[in-house]
Amino acid sequence: MAILNMVQAINLALRQEMERDEKVVLLGQDIGINGGVFRVTDGLWKQFGDSRVMDTPLAEAGIIGTSIGLAMTGFKPVAEIQFDGFFYPGFDQVISHAARMRNRTRGVLTCPLVVRMPYGGGVRALEHHSESMEAIFAHTPGIKVVIPSTPKEAKGLLISAIRDPDPVIFLEPKRIYRAIKEEVPEGEYLIPLGKANVMQQGNQVTLVSYGAMLWVCQKALEQLKGKYSVEVIDLRTVSPLDSDTIISSIKKTGRCVIVQEGPRSFGVAAEIIAQINEKALFELQAPVERVTGHDIILPYYKNELNCIPSEERIVFAVEKVMKG
Amino acid sequence: MARTKIASFSIEYLQVMDEHGEIDEHLMPQISQAMILKMLRTMLYSRKFDEKMLSLQRQGRIGTIPQGKGQEACSVGAVACMNLDDIIFPSYREWAALIWRGVPLKYVFMNFSGDERGNSADFNYRVFPFNIPIATHMPHAVGVALGMKLKKKNRVVACFLGDGTTSEGDFHESMNFAGVFKVPCVFICQNNQYAISTPTKKQTASETFAQKGIAYGMPCLRVDGNDVFAVYVAVQEAIARARRGEGPTFIEAYTYRLCDHTTSDDAKRYRSDEEFRAWEKKDPLLRLKAFAEKRNLWTKSDEEKFLGEVEGKIDQQVEEFETMPMPDFEDMFKYMFAEMTGPQKEQLNYIKQFKGKYHGHT
Ligand SMILES: Cc1ncc(C[n+]2csc(CCOP(=O)(O)OP(=O)(O)O)c2C)c(N)n1
Repeated sequence: MAILNMVQAINLALRQEMERDEKVVLLGQDIGINGGVFRVTDGLWKQFGDSRVMDTPLAEAGIIGTSIGLAMTGFKPVAEIQFDGFFYPGFDQVISHAARMRNRTRGVLTCPLVVRMPYGGGVRALEHHSESMEAIFAHTPGIKVVIPSTPKEAKGLLISAIRDPDPVIFLEPKRIYRAIKEEVPEGEYLIPLGKANVMQQGNQVTLVSYGAMLWVCQKALEQLKGKYSVEVIDLRTVSPLDSDTIISSIKKTGRCVIVQEGPRSFGVAAEIIAQINEKALFELQAPVERVTGHDIILPYYKNELNCIPSEERIVFAVEKVMKG
Repeated sequence: MARTKIASFSIEYLQVMDEHGEIDEHLMPQISQAMILKMLRTMLYSRKFDEKMLSLQRQGRIGTIPQGKGQEACSVGAVACMNLDDIIFPSYREWAALIWRGVPLKYVFMNFSGDERGNSADFNYRVFPFNIPIATHMPHAVGVALGMKLKKKNRVVACFLGDGTTSEGDFHESMNFAGVFKVPCVFICQNNQYAISTPTKKQTASETFAQKGIAYGMPCLRVDGNDVFAVYVAVQEAIARARRGEGPTFIEAYTYRLCDHTTSDDAKRYRSDEEFRAWEKKDPLLRLKAFAEKRNLWTKSDEEKFLGEVEGKIDQQVEEFETMPMPDFEDMFKYMFAEMTGPQKEQLNYIKQFKGKYHGHT
């Protein structure tokens, strides 16, 4: 076992999947000799060559559309979009085709592809490099949305995403690309998609989050240390949502705080609250709190942390539901 | 029935001044000494500004930046033949164009230090703020040019882009619109031979970028982008055509980035030292300087004096930038719509509870 950061863990997952299955191919901008702008594909071009690691022209619709074509002919493409904010020229291909192919052809054609991209804020970047727009993916029927929270999680989830028979959007929280290091098993392991993880057991309040926000949640929990018994749930997969795990936790705690980096309205937290209302409303001892971004364009970096949930805001929300 | 050639095309290449600052008198445009000196000064200024940006970035006083080093002639040659009310859609390396137009550079510092106010000034100088998603500014440039045409304004738009930009769908759509609507727009494609690490041969199977103009029915050519006079000639002809109502032109300016893509990049991973050094010798600034010195238009002491002045001006801008108060906290909400929505008002009220804990505010 080696101590790896998330970039290295994803690199390892890609390498092992490419060694295992020659149908796994990578496409993206600057992923070859440059190893990607975050170095996630470092060394892979050298090991696997031009036909497995393809530097593409600068065109996201081209990258994703071509990946769809490859996927329909039996390949397992893993496309890299350089930053989440540059995904949109390729969105048409995802929403109009990748998400619909299986349904459109009654299962004759499928799109087992993965689109990976660095995602989220907090890295003092330029405009379009910091948003958290997972809700627009999650709102698209026909695609799965995965967001890992640690290096070990990233490796196991990415392998499952690559082996999944359907299109998966794999959002890599860039704020914790290098901030967290942990032991990552060298050998193969899979973390199933669509299954949340109870990271920490507790019985007074359920804290639900995913991706980099869990890292902020940990800091909030340090501030609250010993005060309450908190159950922490990592969604791992935003869509499909594992409401069973959340509901059974709420049946135990009766209180819930959800933390999401993206804009407040119509987000993942809103969906979770709807599920709670449908399945566990009368178990609640206080209204559910959500700590979210605001309904605004994420400010440039001087003000971005005034929009992205902070540990103070999480602590505040936990205190509020505990009093409620 | 027939099988005959129905169209054929060729691409011109233009160089007026070589690496040593020697010119071809026949190709040299009519251009005043004052104008030549203004070009040289702007390029020097831009180079100095570039150095300043880099050092501020290294000290953590601003965030990630691109640089313009090596490509100044493309900017300067183009803006020099535009009227001040002609419109510029810059790429993100166009310091020289901003300097030419007199945009206060503190706004550039602001932009690259995570402050939206950095985008609020350019428009006063008929410069649009650059778009970060590649190629997305091109349809806007075409739209503005169409607007000028519909309003019979006789104003021209210059749209700067990179070689990699030619791969995006927006490039092709906007070029096509420009051709179909015959808009007064000049596209200046700075082919610095790389899009981050991606070399030309992985970007396109076309022999030149210039020829992409042919597909959209517009005149096009390649110029030596490190030769400010060649850029000037090509853009001047294009602008004249645009003002006559003859539509757009596509110009490929062949050049080289004498720096990393941005401060997050390491060009040594994908470009050889040898190649870099060869291009250093073709530096557009050295070339114009050699030309001016040979003609006694410019001396070492002129340069020292000018650089001293420029440094003072840049430092002044840094000072103004660094003493500005933080962007107002509520600004995050203020400019989303003409009027703040209900949910936004609630969220603003909520976040005010955390006063004293605002990031970067006191
Ligand atoms: C739509 C989109 N995709 C990817 C990027 C990331 N990116 C920023 S600059 C760049 C390369 C641009 O190359 P080129 O057009 O040749 O301009 P140059 O930087 O060489 O001046 C890339 C891929 C982006 N900004 N926008």
